[in-house]
Amino acid sequence: MAKVLMKGNEAIGAAAIKAGCKYFFGYPITPQNELPEYMSKEMPKVGGVFLQAESEVAAINMVYGAAGAGARVMTSSSSPGIALKQEGITYIAGAELPCVIVNIVRGGPGLGGIQPAQSDYNQVTRGGGNGDYKLLVYAPANLQEMVDLMQEAFDAADYYRNPVMMVGDGMIGQMMEPIEFKESVSRFELPLKDWATTGTKGQRKPNIINSLALDPAELEKHNIHLQEKYSAMKENEVKYEAYNLENAEVVIVAYGTTSRIVRNAIIDLKEQGINVGLIRPITLWPFPEKAFDLIPSDCKAVLSVEMSMGQMIDDIKIAVNGRYPVHFYGRSGGMIPTPEGVMNKVKELVGGAK
Amino acid sequence: MAKGKVTFNEDICKGCGLCTTACPVKIVTMDTSKINIKGFHPATVFEMDKCIGCANCAMMCPDSVITVERF
Amino acid sequence: MAVVYQKSKGLTDKETHYCPGCTHGIIHKLVAEVLEELGVLGDTIGVAPVGCSVLAYDYFNCDMHEASHGRAPAVATGIKRVLPDKVVFTYQGDGDLASIGTAEIVHVAHRGEKITTIFVNNAIYGMTGGQMAPTTLIGQRATTAPLGRTVEHSGMPLRVSEMLATIDGAAFVERVAVDTPANIRKAKKAIKEAFQCQLDGKGFSIVEVLSTCPTNWGMTPIDALKWLNDNLIPYYPMGNFRRPGEVK
Repeated sequence: MAKVLMKGNEAIGAAAIKAGCKYFFGYPITPQNELPEYMSKEMPKVGGVFLQAESEVAAINMVYGAAGAGARVMTSSSSPGIALKQEGITYIAGAELPCVIVNIVRGGPGLGGIQPAQSDYNQVTRGGGNGDYKLLVYAPANLQEMVDLMQEAFDAADYYRNPVMMVGDGMIGQMMEPIEFKESVSRFELPLKDWATTGTKGQRKPNIINSLALDPAELEKHNIHLQEKYSAMKENEVKYEAYNLENAEVVIVAYGTTSRIVRNAIIDLKEQGINVGLIRPITLWPFPEKAFDLIPSDCKAVLSVEMSMGQMIDDIKIAVNGRYPVHFYGRSGGMIPTPEGVMNKVKELVGGAK
Repeated sequence: MAKGKVTFNEDICKGCGLCTTACPVKIVTMDTSKINIKGFHPATVFEMDKCIGCANCAMMCPDSVITVERF
Repeated sequence: MAVVYQKSKGLTDKETHYCPGCTHGIIHKLVAEVLEELGVLGDTIGVAPVGCSVLAYDYFNCDMHEASHGRAPAVATGIKRVLPDKVVFTYQGDGDLASIGTAEIVHVAHRGEKITTIFVNNAIYGMTGGQMAPTTLIGQRATTAPLGRTVEHSGMPLRVSEMLATIDGAAFVERVAVDTPANIRKAKKAIKEAFQCQLDGKGFSIVEVLSTCPTNWGMTPIDALKWLNDNLIPYYPMGNFRRPGEVK
């Protein structure tokens, strides 16, 4: 199949439609506006529905309703708008409904900026909304990977009956890259959605979509059940890339477009005689803890490189569990780390240039 | 000669008394001689021969306690 | 003998948790009876609010979806856009609809979303113990207005029906009350018309039902009916504000 040059935000939309998404509820916010705009044009063409909601809050609640009615449905936003969606997301998780949420991350906190960032790591991996729940979170590093993950995102959402998030930083949303829309076979066996609110037709008991359980014993039981799903995700859904870990003096951990900058730095450092490896999480949750067992025992340091003030570093410390010192290098506010910046930090960690 | 007959599902009555305000012939009353399983005085009719079967009481009842029949 | 009134099949067997004399019970019955009479129970999905009627999903004999506070109209929009041939309704109190949910209710009216909203207005927050609502009357006491609501502090109570009736997409807007059998009959007629408006595809329909809260008003259920008549009806006039095809 031929490759097409597409803008990230539009590619997300095209991939979602290809994955069978028929309903999109969104709201304008920079830097993801091209996605709802694309959906407004393309959804009607495939007999789907696009609706611009009155707010991000309304959009996520429309997703909640549509998902309860059995639909394959998506919404998108950027950091401040994702903050608004947190209540809706926890309801969707508590009611065990599937959906895909796209977060094109920009600088924060508050209104922040419109340039790329990775400062929603905590928001997307630690919940963000109330209660014990997790999102399956994908963080592709390029548009092809993002497009390839979209089918899996919708399938995993249906399989686990849980919201799934696709995280791109602002660059992923705005950049243009050649993409191939490949045919994919789902690795999930998806059951019928007999729990959906489609009308009883007088032939079955009413289906109730709900996250309320006033009886504490019942709510505990429900939480234990949710955790069983999250344990299954930890077992089966981890995705990461390990690059050049053998004999690495320093292992960098980076995701998204930051990982591409780091890769350039690693290549340049190699020419200067410093051997650096990369662990690139593709799922932010579940975090690829086992990848850290691959780090050579004489590695000097693990370095988290993020477009934030340091959020993924906490998960790295947990995974490393005291085996290696963990350091941080990052830029914030929409400033993009440069390969030189990364290289200088690595040289600092290995005790100066060689 | 009664035109209607009402039956009260006494154990689901919450004793609110709204039905007593609705009856045009004022025969619906709270039976203070007994308490139901919930601990309320259930609604009842002692003078069923006056019932006109209008169903106002049943309409007023928030808990669907009353069934109304008409001759 | 013929049975002329019995419990509707639109209600489940579950006994409600509502306080004795709470008019939620009456309004649930009317909705259930209308859906049964229109023959659409098996094609209906209701959206429950947060409030005393949060457990409405246990009482209506149809598919139900629990929404977060104020967001039922958005949830209903999602359902209706996926299942346009089904009947979708929201059931919301005044804290839910007129406070946190004002954006969502205005926008379903604005979009002319083909859903029906049953708006239960008892001028107070019931479930949480009697706090002031946007619909609480001047001078009415509430736990967050212990000396009674004043205009200076909180403004005049919000008239939702009048406000929504200015929006084109709100095809049917009517305010009713359930304090007397006569008013209950009128309320049922309005609710039927509202659902018919949805079935005819005319746009958004809403019935505002003036209701009581004996517990948080601090009076007996019978006194609460009288308080509704003496105080709520004068400020919130009953009547139709908008009907398909009519311009007022």
